[in-house]
This record gives sequence, structure tokens and C-alpha cells, in this order.
Amino acid sequence: MGEAIVVTSGKGGVGKTTTTANLGTALAMLGKKVCLVDTDIGLRNLDVVMGLENRVIYDLIDVAEGRCRLVQALVKDKRFEDQLYMLPAAQTKDKNDITPEQVKAIVDELKPDFDYVIIDCPAGIEQGFRNAVAGADKAIVVTTPENAAVRDADRVIGLLEKTHIGSPKLLINRIRPSLLKRGEILDVDEVCQVLAIDLIGIVPDDETVIKHANQGEPIVMNPQSRAAIAYRNVARRILGETVPLMPLEEKEGFMRKVRKLFGMG
Amino acid sequence: MSGKTLVTIKGVKDGLVFVLDDRCEWESLLKELENKLDRHGRQLSGPAMQVRVKLGRRLLDDDGKEKIRDIIGRYGNLLVESIESDAEGPPVIPRDNLPLYRMAGIVRSGQTVEHDGHLLLLGDVNPGGTVRATGDIYILGALRGIAHAGCEGDDGAIIAASLMMPMQLRIADVISRPPEEWVSEDSWMEFAYLRDGVMEIDRITQLHRFRKEATLSKGV
Repeated sequence: MGEAIVVTSGKGGVGKTTTTANLGTALAMLGKKVCLVDTDIGLRNLDVVMGLENRVIYDLIDVAEGRCRLVQALVKDKRFEDQLYMLPAAQTKDKNDITPEQVKAIVDELKPDFDYVIIDCPAGIEQGFRNAVAGADKAIVVTTPENAAVRDADRVIGLLEKTHIGSPKLLINRIRPSLLKRGEILDVDEVCQVLAIDLIGIVPDDETVIKHANQGEPIVMNPQSRAAIAYRNVARRILGETVPLMPLEEKEGFMRKVRKLFGMG
Repeated sequence: MSGKTLVTIKGVKDGLVFVLDDRCEWESLLKELENKLDRHGRQLSGPAMQVRVKLGRRLLDDDGKEKIRDIIGRYGNLLVESIESDAEGPPVIPRDNLPLYRMAGIVRSGQTVEHDGHLLLLGDVNPGGTVRATGDIYILGALRGIAHAGCEGDDGAIIAASLMMPMQLRIADVISRPPEEWVSEDSWMEFAYLRDGVMEIDRITQLHRFRKEATLSKGV
């Protein structure tokens, strides 16, 4: 029996979909069988980030309303043998066209066949949030080191604590070491102090994430990227390994030092 | 409470009226009453006088009334005719008799904790969170949200917190946003109170001066 994990945040644009795509891919790369579920009905984009957009035939609503069987709607990611699947959201409906009970039934049906079911939650705390949370066993709250995102994360943590899920795990995304060093953004300790939940990972901001998302290829597949390493670390922590937090300061490479020497850095 | 008279004596044509403050501590009220009578005892000697005691909105049981009769009765010429509580409005329970509600946890953004009485919170109030009590608020943790003490009008209520970094403080009807100098991250526990209707912050060690509670010290 697998485990269902919802990725949520309250605020939009902090990287829920990116996190879902990358954690799912990382877990698949570690040999787990994973299904990603997009619950952002009406604004689906997990399929875009995963590069599976043109292979969507049926969606979550079709399954809920019985127009197809669950297995028919699953999109298989051919890059990972038989490890990674995705259940896309509908693009033409909205969040009120499905109930939390229906989502829960679908997730419960997926759990026996997969090690992990990762649910991508829409922004906000309304119906879409309730749908996404209904079937989950655990939750990861994504935030960025900004006050607005931390406020919303706090609100969402409060809501999650009142559900069957209890205390979620925290992922701090898009940390920019240069701003951090100058004290212009909140540091990891400050965020953890306010939110007071377990930290499951910190991910540095990395411009290549955007490039990869546009190409439909999750960043974790590129081992050169620091964000990729961070997401892989989070995946290993989900599996129960103890992995130390990565240092945020980037080590200077040899070539860069040489370039700096000649005033080109 | 400092500077405010707890006992006012008025002369009316058929005797005296004692107006007792209805919000202060019971003990300090009794002390004040004794002091006043001691000071003015001589002026009050003479023919027997009828005394009416007005309690305001304070609620007293028979024991309490007996105590007041007893203190006033020490002066032979004063006869307590009646002890009256204001009938209108709900009776106000004196602050030292309010129940204390204790809760552990974090009050997060969007959450509100309300309580009739004093509130002791073991945990933080996060930005966007609100705690509200009719009496005092004590927070063993960081106050980063909004706290409203004495929310039904008790301007003698206080807000104490281990780490005072509030978004907003409210006592009775007074609302105050902390100016920059309040945001001190030093580890002193502080409390907020109203002095002449203005919000002030002080270290917790100064609280006894504000409250003038009887200190009980045992040992040497």
C-alpha cells in the first residue's frame, strides 16, 4: 500500500507544480513506482512541466464521472520504464465539478498499485484545496523565503493541522543565496521559527529550473543543477534516509576563479 | 490604575455615598477604603450618618458585603444603610476572580482564540493570528500577531509575552501598532498596559508596581 502526499502552499507561484514534478521524478529515479495527480482543475499544468501534454486523453473529471476507467486516464512517462505515471486534471471544468470524496476514492484506488501518490494542489484554500487534501496521508507545504508566502503557508499549516493529516513537512523553495547573505530575505531559521514544523528540504533558486520546465523535462534529471540535488535530497528524506541540508553557498569552480582573476567573472 | 482613586466619598443631603471602583483588585479596594477612613476618620466624627455604598458593576457575595460593613462599621458614627450593585448591564466579575484558561499550541495565521477570563498560551501567536480575552493575556512564547486584552472594556488588563513582536496590541478600546523601538529581540519578557489611555510596554519585573498586588514572600 503506497502513501499519498499532497504538495500545497496557499500562495501561488512558489513552486508547487515544480516540486510535485521533481519529487515524483526523483522518487521514480530511486526505483519507486510513482503516480502524480494534478488537482488544479481548470488550470492544469503539471502535464506541461512533465512534457506529457500531448499524451493526455482522459482526465480526473472523466474518471470521477465514470467516462473512463482509472487506468485509461493514467499517462505513462516513457523516460522511466514502468515507474512514473500521471493523472492529469481537466482543463475545461472547474474545482467545483468534483468533490473531496471523489478525489479520495480515486487516490485510494491508486495507492495499492503505487509506492507514492504525489498530489499537486492548486493555490488557495477553497474547494480545490479541500479536494487535494482529502485523499492525502501526508502533506508537504512549499514556501519561499518571503513574508507573503510564509503567511499563507502558516494559514495552510493551520488548516492541515485540523484535518486527518496533522502536522505537514516544510520545503523552502527558491532561496537566493546572494540575497540571503545580504539579509534581504528571510533566512531558513527565521522561517522555521515562525512555522514551527519539520523541515524536509531547502531548494536554492536556479534559473535552469525554468528552462527545464519549458522543455518539459524536470530539473532533477540534470545532475549539474543544485536545485536538482536539493530535490533528490528531499526524495531521499521521504524514503527515510538522513541527508544533511545542502550548503547554500555555491563553491567557486576553478575556471570561475581564473576568470575572476582576469576580471571577467 | 495608578493615580486613580478607588474610593470616592460624596456627601448627599441624607448622609454619605461611598462610590467604590468596580474594576480594580478586591484587596486593593479594601486597603484603599481603610486608608481613606483612617485619614478622614476625624472629619467623619459627629452625629450618626447614613452611608450608602455603591459598588458599580462589581458583583459581591455576602462575605464581601460583610467585609465592607465591617470596615465602615469600625467608625461608630457611620451606619451602612445599603450596599448597591448597578442593576443595568451584566455584572462585572473583578479581575482577580476571573477564570484562567490555559492552552498549548500555535495560533497560526487566520486563527482566533477567544476566552472569557485570563488566557495563558503556551506557544506562539503567528502573524495574522489573534488572541482575545476579557481579562489578561499571558503568552509563554512569541507574540507576532494580534492580542486584545480586556476586550469587553477592562482598561486595566495587560498583555504579557516572552517575545513581544506584535503586529498590533489592543487593550480595551485602545489599539496600538508597535513603533520600531518595541521590536527588541532581547529575551526579556515584557508586558503591555494602559497608562492614562496610552499603551506602554515594560519589562515583566515592573508589573508589580502597576498592579500593586500583595506580594507573598516566604523564607528569609
